[in-house]
Amino acid sequence: MFELIGVPPQALFGQLLLGLINGAFYALLSLGLAVIFGLMNVINFTHGAQYMMGAFCSWMLLQYFGIPFWGALVLAPIIVGATGIIIERLFISRLYHLDHLYGLLLTFGLALIIEGLFRQQYGSSGLPYTNPIPGGINLGFMFLPWYRGFIIVFSLVVCLGTWFMIEKTKLGSYLRAATERPDLVQAFGINVPRMITLTYGFGVALAALAGVLAAPIYSVNPVMGSYLIIVVFAVVVIGGMGSILGSILTGFGLGVVEGLTKVFYPEASNTVIFIIMAIVLMLRPQGLFGTPK
Amino acid sequence: METRSNHTLIVFAGLVALGLAAPMFVYPVFLMKVLCFALFACAFNLLIGYVGLLSFGHAMFFGFAAYISGYSVKVLGWPTEVGILAGTAVAAVLGLVAGAIAIRRQGIYFAMVTLALSQMVFFFCLQAKFTGGEDGIQAIPRRPLFGLINIANDFVFYYVVLAIFCIGFLIIWRTIHSPFGQVLKAIRENEPRAISLGYAVDRFKLIAFVLSAALAGLAGATKAIVFQLASLTDVAWQMSGEVVLMTLVGGMGTVFGPIVGAGIIITMQNYLAGFGEWVLVIQGAIFVVTVLLFRRGIVGEIMALAQYMQRRSRPAPGARGSAQESPAE
Repeated sequence: MFELIGVPPQALFGQLLLGLINGAFYALLSLGLAVIFGLMNVINFTHGAQYMMGAFCSWMLLQYFGIPFWGALVLAPIIVGATGIIIERLFISRLYHLDHLYGLLLTFGLALIIEGLFRQQYGSSGLPYTNPIPGGINLGFMFLPWYRGFIIVFSLVVCLGTWFMIEKTKLGSYLRAATERPDLVQAFGINVPRMITLTYGFGVALAALAGVLAAPIYSVNPVMGSYLIIVVFAVVVIGGMGSILGSILTGFGLGVVEGLTKVFYPEASNTVIFIIMAIVLMLRPQGLFGTPK
Repeated sequence: METRSNHTLIVFAGLVALGLAAPMFVYPVFLMKVLCFALFACAFNLLIGYVGLLSFGHAMFFGFAAYISGYSVKVLGWPTEVGILAGTAVAAVLGLVAGAIAIRRQGIYFAMVTLALSQMVFFFCLQAKFTGGEDGIQAIPRRPLFGLINIANDFVFYYVVLAIFCIGFLIIWRTIHSPFGQVLKAIRENEPRAISLGYAVDRFKLIAFVLSAALAGLAGATKAIVFQLASLTDVAWQMSGEVVLMTLVGGMGTVFGPIVGAGIIITMQNYLAGFGEWVLVIQGAIFVVTVLLFRRGIVGEIMALAQYMQRRSRPAPGARGSAQESPAE
């Protein structure tokens, strides 16, 4: 086999693939954050916990009801999205007239509650979830497990579908209008509060979907979300939350960069995204795809 | 203005008297822990309460200063007081770097940026050699302060920590009652107007950030000597969340709120230590309840109540002047 810059291609492409998969999770999560933030001006700190709930929900569906992965892929986002709607109605909706920081503090508190409850119930060690599509294909330069390929394609489809819905459909145009001028849209007879609630549910469902996809790769455990959400915050700062396509691109791109760092300079693989964030803030504070205000 | 400052000083004198007498009744190590976290929360409050900046990464200053002071005292063999000062100084430098990056964004982004930066510091501490990784720096010696004061004795050390706390508190008090502090409040209330009045807003924010980071570092450096331990817990994001919680519960933007909040949260952790993960759940619940029901915090609500009573009994035009320390909206 040939070697690339002193690195065996198996390792290089393996990490690249893992980077793309992580990038898919970053993209799904930052997309949800961006949609929620756009309409509600709330940074949803609970997002990481909801990603974890998605993974747990899929595990429980299999464990207690015998529902396989494909069923969970549909059911878990709906269930977790519904809990999101309850959370929005019960708590978050009371804070819209206040400073955005209170929304952050409230959702942080909710994240602590959810994570604490799951840790109390299941401990901090992981629970296994069997791979729904075993096997793979040898591409010559690397081995591609089917399931990993599926994650990348599927999340790309979901991301682009979301983009299409928001940018190209009538429903999306209402959403964008309500983001700009909620009072005016309300005056046209559109129920904006209900739209906000459903949007929050949708953003949460995206997070849960990412969790379901992650379950067979990473073990299902209560702390899986709290680390990820901080990275996703950095991703969101780098990309800027103004653009949907921007969030998707930044998510995948940073996943790949992180994967490559693992190959060439593993010591920095945990911090590379934060370093990029610092550089972007110095050069272009509004983010790569953000608009200066 | 003048009388209010005097009121604050009278309350402060009362608290100091209470602090002097406290070790007769309460275990001094516990009191030292409360004082360290109270100073940490006061430093954090300087930013959120008086500049309107929510830093979600203050653990990086607290924890990193703890490592520096622990390392310099234990491994380098520096005197205790030099170790604490070294921790404080390094936290200030770290604050300068982190602040210069973070103040480029406002509001919610500022919180996310500080959180991400502190996570970076966390990973640095996890991987760096001098921090001892998962073990941390243990058994940091308590050598006599200035070569004379025997801080191996908890009672003696308590009064040293009390003195450190008072110095930190008075620096903050002096800052918020100076012309500099008035500009900070102006930035909190209306940043564009402060800019249009010709203030170099970014420089004011950065100075406040460095000051807050240094004081958080002083708290962390002291804490490392008190517990003879500097570990990853001190730099983790949960610690950043805890200091936010303490300040929120006590009252953001009140002078004494963070002290009250630190006392309550540390006491609670002490009593609930055996309940495992429920501590996390309860802390989360306190966050939710405080944000939904009493956003001004305990001290903030008491002050609002006192103001209300005052206005009812004597509807004089001067009564509303005391609203100056209402929490950030």
